[in-house]
Amino acid sequence: MEAPRVQESWSTRLGVILAVSGSAVGLGNFLRFPGQAAQYGGGAFMLAYFVSLLIIGLPICWAEWTMGRYGGLRKFNSCPGVFRCVSGKGWGAYAGVIGVIIPVVIYMYYVYIEAWCLGYAVNFLAGNIQFEAGDDAGAFWKTFIGYGEDGGALHFGIKKVMGYLILVFVLNFLLIYMGIAKGIEWFCKFAMPTLIVLAVIILVRVLTLGAPDPAEPQNNVANGLGYMWNPTKVEAVEQGPDGKEIRTEIVGDVAIAEKEAAGATIEKKGMWEQLLNPQLWLAAAGQIFFSLSVGFGVIVTYSSYLKAKDDVVLSGLAATSANEFCEVALGGLITLPAGVAFLGISGVSGQGTFDLGFNVLPMVFSEMPGGAIFGFLFFFLLFLAAVTSSLSMLQPGIAFLEEAMGITRKMSVALLGFITGVGVMFVVWFSKDAKALDTLDFWVGTFLIFVLATIQIIIFSWIFGVDRGLKEAERGAAMKIPRIFRFVMKYLTPSFLLIIFAMWVAQNIFNSGKAGVSGYVKDLFVEPNKVAWMSVVLIIMVGLLVAVLVSRSSAYKGPIPGEVESEEA
Amino acid sequence: MILSVGTVTTLFLWCIFRVLKTPGETEKVHGFEFETPDEEKEHESR
Repeated sequence: MEAPRVQESWSTRLGVILAVSGSAVGLGNFLRFPGQAAQYGGGAFMLAYFVSLLIIGLPICWAEWTMGRYGGLRKFNSCPGVFRCVSGKGWGAYAGVIGVIIPVVIYMYYVYIEAWCLGYAVNFLAGNIQFEAGDDAGAFWKTFIGYGEDGGALHFGIKKVMGYLILVFVLNFLLIYMGIAKGIEWFCKFAMPTLIVLAVIILVRVLTLGAPDPAEPQNNVANGLGYMWNPTKVEAVEQGPDGKEIRTEIVGDVAIAEKEAAGATIEKKGMWEQLLNPQLWLAAAGQIFFSLSVGFGVIVTYSSYLKAKDDVVLSGLAATSANEFCEVALGGLITLPAGVAFLGISGVSGQGTFDLGFNVLPMVFSEMPGGAIFGFLFFFLLFLAAVTSSLSMLQPGIAFLEEAMGITRKMSVALLGFITGVGVMFVVWFSKDAKALDTLDFWVGTFLIFVLATIQIIIFSWIFGVDRGLKEAERGAAMKIPRIFRFVMKYLTPSFLLIIFAMWVAQNIFNSGKAGVSGYVKDLFVEPNKVAWMSVVLIIMVGLLVAVLVSRSSAYKGPIPGEVESEEA
Repeated sequence: MILSVGTVTTLFLWCIFRVLKTPGETEKVHGFEFETPDEEKEHESR
């Protein structure tokens, strides 16, 4: 059954950098990051964010690039193959199973969100999104994605998600079918620069908004920037009608004077005081972690298509910097300032990623002069970011199927298309309260990536050996990794990651500090929810399928092959 | 804000500069082709 596989490779270094940064840049850069930064006080959050970038983000990123190239030179492109090579142990292939489960399962719901972005872009262009009130925006979103009832998403039409979903699903597989250089690299070379140009156009528009409503002068871009970035958090504390304390974040001297005149107590919290809050560190580390696509199994696969003398150090840093630029300089200056300028701080405060993206921002663009065009540009930007990310989620599955089963690209595309197609239909059918999407995102898109990142850094620093790893990383490198990272990668990264993981588990699974366990645990064991259970069964089934293929494939048996130099290296 | 945005922008521009100035980039621009990598290899070997 097994046929000799064709070794693919990237055609340029810029191509692989754009593809990896495309994988990292997604909705989180433009929607999740601004909300997190604002919630934890801007300046203080950014300090913890940059520390996390140096301790977690860059080290794991370099480890993944290095391990991927190491495995690729031994003709392995999937996590099971690469981990087996790097660890030198048979169990490495089984540890790598998680690196296939994560991208495959995330794709099952990510493509659904990708379809929302395209649908919103089209509807802005068609003039269908002109909301008068927040409820209108919420109602449109709920109807569009079938939030109200199971099966509610299975309708076609310009204001329904299904047509867009089929379109983006086919587009993704078409690009994957054409391969690394002619599909993924080709698309990312156009999509990433386009995305950045669109974001800069929108940024200029947002920064020149001023105070759009003369009747509400405090709702302006400067206060929006202050709300997000001010290192000192200012809260007005008032008594509600039921006697409960109400805390409202405020920005600007006028707002402070108004609240003081109304009898509120003003509390100011400085940057260093905020840094003592462990939740801030958890949020900053979590944002770095999820934003950079580390622990997804994606970078390992992408870098396995590099040649022996291709650089991984500068390329890894360049891809990371592109992601940070999109997140901090673009996402950080667009989303919340625009929201505050039109809706005020109360209109954007405490909003989650989806609320901010699909309720608040459509309202903002509805009220903005030329909003239809800017709304279209913004959602098209999100769509491009989502496509480059979803392509990276498919390639690990394709690489694994071809490696484990020895099948051709046509067969692997058909098989992965079938598997993910079933998963997508599951997510789309159980659209009520987005339960399936939410459950899969929690257990795979959050929990499992912590597990995989921990496995990766331990394999790299302790099993492969940090000295050997750094030597391997610097092979053909355009720059050296600073020596301090030897200590960071061996001791600091695993410890910091384990502490953050333990805190995350305590907070999100055991609901530390609050009564009872979290909703995700409750859905499984306290008040069992059918959809939550089916979602977990789906994850287990994908895992079992991958594990069985690993156990039966001859690719993961026998001695670990030596380096095979590609023809062009 | 200025420090954060300035840092990431400078790092990004420096990385682009370093990547573009490094010699040895052999650009191969592909058109939109429907041939999969394995099919292409098969044609080449004929």
